[in-house]
Amino acid sequence: MLTFRLFMLQRVTALIMAPLVLGHLAVMVYAIRGGLSTGAILSRTQGSLPWAIFYGTFVVAVSIHAAIGVRVIAAEIFHMRGLLLNALSWALCAFLLFAGLRAVLSVTAL
Amino acid sequence: MSSDTKTLDVSVWRGDSAGGKFERFQVPNQQSQTILDVVVWIQQKIDPTLAYRYACRVGMCGSCAMMVNGEPRWTCRTHVLKVIRDNRIEVAPLRNLPVIKDLATDMDPFFTKWVKAEGVFHPTSSRDDDIVKVNPSSDDRILADAAIECINCAVCYASCDTVQGNPEYLGPAALNRAWTLVNDEKDGKRADILDAVSQRGGCHNCHSQGSCAKFCPNELSPITSIAGLKRETIKSFFKGR
Ligand code: SF4
Ligand code: SF4
Ligand code: FES
Repeated sequence: MLTFRLFMLQRVTALIMAPLVLGHLAVMVYAIRGGLSTGAILSRTQGSLPWAIFYGTFVVAVSIHAAIGVRVIAAEIFHMRGLLLNALSWALCAFLLFAGLRAVLSVTAL
Repeated sequence: MSSDTKTLDVSVWRGDSAGGKFERFQVPNQQSQTILDVVVWIQQKIDPTLAYRYACRVGMCGSCAMMVNGEPRWTCRTHVLKVIRDNRIEVAPLRNLPVIKDLATDMDPFFTKWVKAEGVFHPTSSRDDDIVKVNPSSDDRILADAAIECINCAVCYASCDTVQGNPEYLGPAALNRAWTLVNDEKDGKRADILDAVSQRGGCHNCHSQGSCAKFCPNELSPITSIAGLKRETIKSFFKGR
């Protein structure tokens, strides 16, 4: 159930995610080894546009990438087609966007 | 192993598109016997109504493929000894294709997809032109040659889980043929082929797990051809087609 466009979208979002995942891992290692407290972390992320963009981009890429992946599974394994398949794909994308962006907002908003 | 057992216990699928069931036959165990020999023996000695298909018996024509103990195989070149389990053999029609009768499947969807994938030669010159020389050691020709020896047996098609999950998927054989033509300097419609394999059901649906290459009796690697098609379609996408 992959059209060429969906295929490209999935590859491009994967390309975007790869360095962001590495960045995220580096941040985690830094935060834990430096022994940063929650407060210290939040004081750096709150009001920071770069962190909002960093994690915001990640959330957008994940939402698109995962929705396409689940779409293929739903089509090939559960034989979902047509409207139902589109509805499922968009709903998952929207849910991941909502949950992810809300989380990003809560650590980066002032 | 069964070499000391006098008879083979053979289950053969009987039926048509509406359904069917396995029927058991006792077949004499002989030396150097192929699965096709066993099927022929049943049809000639026990039940002349058994339907199946073959032509060359030497692995050239690609018409004898069936499921043998659950795996797709060219039956004329599959030795009984190689596949037998506990003296039992189960023979069924090829997976992923409609059954006409017993072991004979309807190959129409398989070949329709070859055409859909533009797996047909698009000539660039007529019989009045001189024959164009093809350099056998050019990069393109080497790629085409690696995929060219397909006998259209549909073994790969039957092994492909993506075909099973998505009946629109063009499948390994049609895409493998398209890849040979993309690399054929005498073919005049490279862009059309890349376009055809980028439609719904096209090469981008392949999961790259490689059953096709594992089962292809001619040791071709459709998965490699499909990876080539993906690469070329992405390239032409960025070049703005
Ligand atoms: S690698 Fe692709 S074409 Fe080959 S069996 Fe798997 S999905 Fe089918
Ligand atoms: S690629 Fe191999 S398995 Fe598939 S049809 Fe051709 S010869 Fe048969
Ligand atoms: S009968 Fe021709 S390939 Fe088996």
